[in-house]
Amino acid sequence: MSSRIVVAGFGPAAHRLVETLIARGLRGDLVVFGEEPRPAYDRVALTSYLSGRSVAELTFPVPDGVTLRLGCGVVAVDRDRRVVVAADGTREPYDVLVLATGSAPFVPPVPGRDLPGCFVYRTIEDLDAIRAAAGDAVAGVVVGGGLLGLEAADALRRLGLRTHVVEMGDRLMPRQVDEGGGAVLRRHVESLGLTVHVGAGVAAVEAGEDGRVARLVKPDGEAIEAQIVVFSAGIRPRDELARDCGLPVGERGGIVVDEGMRTADERVYAIGECALAAGMVHGLVGPCFTQAEVAADRILGGSAAFRGADLSTKLKLLGVEVAQFGETRFEDAAGALDVVYMDPVAGVYKRLFVSDDAKTLLGGVCVGDAGPYGTLRPFVGKTLPASPSDLLFAGAGAQTELPGDAQVCSCNNVTKDRIVAAIVEEGLTDVQGIKDCTRAGTTCGSCVPMLKRILVESGVDVGTALCEHFAHSRAELFDIVAVRGITTFSRLIAEHGTGRGCDVCKPVVASILASLGNGHILDGEQAALQDTNDKFLANIQKNGTYSVVPRIPGGEITPEKLIVIGEVAREFGLYTKITGGQRIDLLGARVEQLPLIWKRLVDAGFESGHAYGKALRTVKSCVGATWCRYGVQDSVGLAIALELRYRGLRAPHKIKAAVSGCARECAEARSKDFGIIATEQGWNLYVGGNGGFRPRHADLLAADLATDELVRTVDRFLMFYIRTADRLQRTSAWLEAMDGGLDQLRAVITEDSLGICADLDAQMERHVAGYVDEWRATLEDPDKLRRFVSFVNAPGTPDPSIEFRTERGQIKPIPVTVEVTP
Amino acid sequence: MTILGHTALDHTGLDHAALDRTYADETGGGGPGWTPVCPDAQLVPELGAAALVAGRQVAVFRTFDGGLYALGNRDPFSGAQVLSRGIVGTRNGEPTVASPMHKQVFSLVTGACLDDPGITVPTYRVRVAGAAIEVKVA
Ligand SMILES: Cc1cc2nc3c(=O)[nH]c(=O)nc-3n(C[C@H](O)[C@H](O)[C@H](O)COP(=O)(O)OP(=O)(O)OC[C@H]3O[C@@H](n4cnc5c(N)ncnc54)[C@H](O)[C@@H]3O)c2cc1C
Ligand code: SF4
Repeated sequence: MSSRIVVAGFGPAAHRLVETLIARGLRGDLVVFGEEPRPAYDRVALTSYLSGRSVAELTFPVPDGVTLRLGCGVVAVDRDRRVVVAADGTREPYDVLVLATGSAPFVPPVPGRDLPGCFVYRTIEDLDAIRAAAGDAVAGVVVGGGLLGLEAADALRRLGLRTHVVEMGDRLMPRQVDEGGGAVLRRHVESLGLTVHVGAGVAAVEAGEDGRVARLVKPDGEAIEAQIVVFSAGIRPRDELARDCGLPVGERGGIVVDEGMRTADERVYAIGECALAAGMVHGLVGPCFTQAEVAADRILGGSAAFRGADLSTKLKLLGVEVAQFGETRFEDAAGALDVVYMDPVAGVYKRLFVSDDAKTLLGGVCVGDAGPYGTLRPFVGKTLPASPSDLLFAGAGAQTELPGDAQVCSCNNVTKDRIVAAIVEEGLTDVQGIKDCTRAGTTCGSCVPMLKRILVESGVDVGTALCEHFAHSRAELFDIVAVRGITTFSRLIAEHGTGRGCDVCKPVVASILASLGNGHILDGEQAALQDTNDKFLANIQKNGTYSVVPRIPGGEITPEKLIVIGEVAREFGLYTKITGGQRIDLLGARVEQLPLIWKRLVDAGFESGHAYGKALRTVKSCVGATWCRYGVQDSVGLAIALELRYRGLRAPHKIKAAVSGCARECAEARSKDFGIIATEQGWNLYVGGNGGFRPRHADLLAADLATDELVRTVDRFLMFYIRTADRLQRTSAWLEAMDGGLDQLRAVITEDSLGICADLDAQMERHVAGYVDEWRATLEDPDKLRRFVSFVNAPGTPDPSIEFRTERGQIKPIPVTVEVTP
Repeated sequence: MTILGHTALDHTGLDHAALDRTYADETGGGGPGWTPVCPDAQLVPELGAAALVAGRQVAVFRTFDGGLYALGNRDPFSGAQVLSRGIVGTRNGEPTVASPMHKQVFSLVTGACLDDPGITVPTYRVRVAGAAIEVKVA
């Protein structure tokens, strides 16, 4: 075993190497040089940095026992003396050297390529620079229509630029998709407002009078006006250290290594995108990870080998799913048959290649619906589970069981057998457990649905059943109720459940019925579904009394109304407290007092605050631009408008919101389910925040929205949450559990990738139009009022067990003795 | 200082004198040991009601299939008189009510707590007599 290991480069490959070495008990020194100023981060997820993910969230954890030399590149290797020379002039001796220097974007040698306004798309710094330049820019061009080019184009588009893509080949993503797929992809991309130029190179980038990029000129003379040019025309391995010290490199670059990832010098390894392994440079992170693990094993004396990798890819770019797996380069179709399914209206293209006896699956290409990727990729090289045409239709193949040696996670090379073994041996019960144990699903995440399936196949109850009465999850029940137009619990449980329900499923169904607008929550049978809080439209307290919370939209209240609250509290002897949501809680009311209290409040113009419901609670605000000398927008006005729009909206859990008038964020909007922070241009919308038990900062969903755009986005966010969240799942947990996370959420509600936005909008309109104050309606209905008594047979008698003392001038419950502690 | 059952001032114009009379006063009392608590039609399926019978608080329930049950109203875990306000349902076919405080589930048939064996609340007899629901506590 070697005593001193030096690593040049600290990207994902180096990180995996270091992590593996330490996890496997390496003894000796480990020194890592990284040119970038920070530890390795998740480059695959780089674009999410633009949508608000922080560097900290992207950074991989660094294990203990590593000496990091960050912001300090290696400039030379002296193989004879076995030292590396760092950029700061220091020299570091090694017993083993690992080159993990990755690759650099290829910038074609065109005139003007160094002008200010030209960028590449590879590091955090690149993105910072692009974002800064986008402020003054109107249009941008991406040179390169491959995977990374389209990702960069999407980023420019989201930064608000008119975006062009220039691709040399005759179609987009020429490496992944064939002609038919490229055409469908192009239509998708164009429908998002991007301009695509295929079969086009770059003649020059020209500057304007300010010396910055002004246009890109194509070889045919056409000029594209743009202030930003991003080069993303392939990658070149960073093999310069190896070249300079005389190690062999490939004709088109890449440090030549053997199957143990060793270079021609037995003390020097190369891994990741700088290595030429198994005859090629691998530009996907999965093979880079495998190479890192192989090198680590060899360094520790093992004999692992890298013999090439599955280059299948599945991605979602600009809201379009694109997938390619197995072998798909059969231009002449020799030795292969292909089956094509094409739906130009829906924008779906799928093509499967099978052996000429139509028995063995060779590969496939999908655009617009990557369904077959998950189900069919594991069958590559194996007998087809059904006829090719059946397999091409969505859903087919989903029921077929995967073979054990099928590779489920291609990023981390995890087979189904390994996952099943982990489930059995470690007693795993959820996807997180599989991730922790096997790494499957931790990189690009596209196999997560597959992991769930394997859990189910292994007999694990993945816990979607709500309770003993319904085998469905809340989201499934929501669909059933909505699609079949069910309006009563009795019908739902008779047709889809068993028994007569319980305290778990009844409130869930009550909430679904309320979200879908089925009248007053205490009407008819619905009353019996409600939790005690909803049943009495107040919050139960430990001694069986209730609290009363009138709505104070945005926290703004007139002196007259404040006085009414004070008077009511005094007359009914209630304890008063200011809440965290900028309103006033009145505690200690007995059931039979509630209508009397509310009569006073409703007469004075108050409405229910729904503090008792799984519903919108409050939209907090700071004083904002009206008063505050820093404010840039009217945060109070917006908060009131939003609170009035969403009041009474029932949801899987409570919903809290806030609006701050400027970036100082006095309303703490980022700790809310949805939070809004004013900008000079409009509003930034953050979602999925949480205080409480598991604090979480909300993520930026969209920036600089106009007020109407903001409202529409919040409408859809809330309705999508209401439709799909689990029971008692706050928006933070919902967002974290969503396959595809924030990007998926954005695709659904801003790009309408599921085609449900019109529905979500209509549902919210119905909510807004159908809102009535629950307390006012209750006071008008003698049947409902009759239930507000301590005793049916003695309606005027208070519950004698409720007693109070005073403390600090207010009432306080006298604790009752209990014989058992829960 | 102890404030016992602090009374509300009335702002609704309801006839409190009428409210203060008990249902038994109005109906003239039930049979020996039986106390009428409310009109039969007033007890909604799966929506419990509390009654004060001979100084005891009783939670009365009607299940979906028409069964009548009565338990002590006091939740033994919190000490609060609230079981009548819990959600009525079934567990493995047995009719139940869940305490609205901390959600422990009690059998309507036996009063046993199904989540904490050993804890039981009292059960009482209950019947429909004519147009009234009647409870017997002793
Ligand atoms: C925007 C974007 C999206 C991507 N999306 C995907 C995807 O969806 N799926 C997928 O599989 N792959 C994706 N990739 C590719 C993936 O990120 C790479 O395969 C992976 O980063 C390769 O890891 P690496 O460690 O070999 O190289 P790198 O990530 O390039 O890391 C090498 C590091 O070494 C440093 N370095 C270089 N020379 C020196 C030196 N002399 N001394 C010290 N340090 C040095 C570099 O600064 C760099 O930090 C994406 C890449 C980008 C840019
Ligand atoms: S967030 Fe800004 S506008 Fe609002 S109170 Fe604070 S400083 Fe003023």
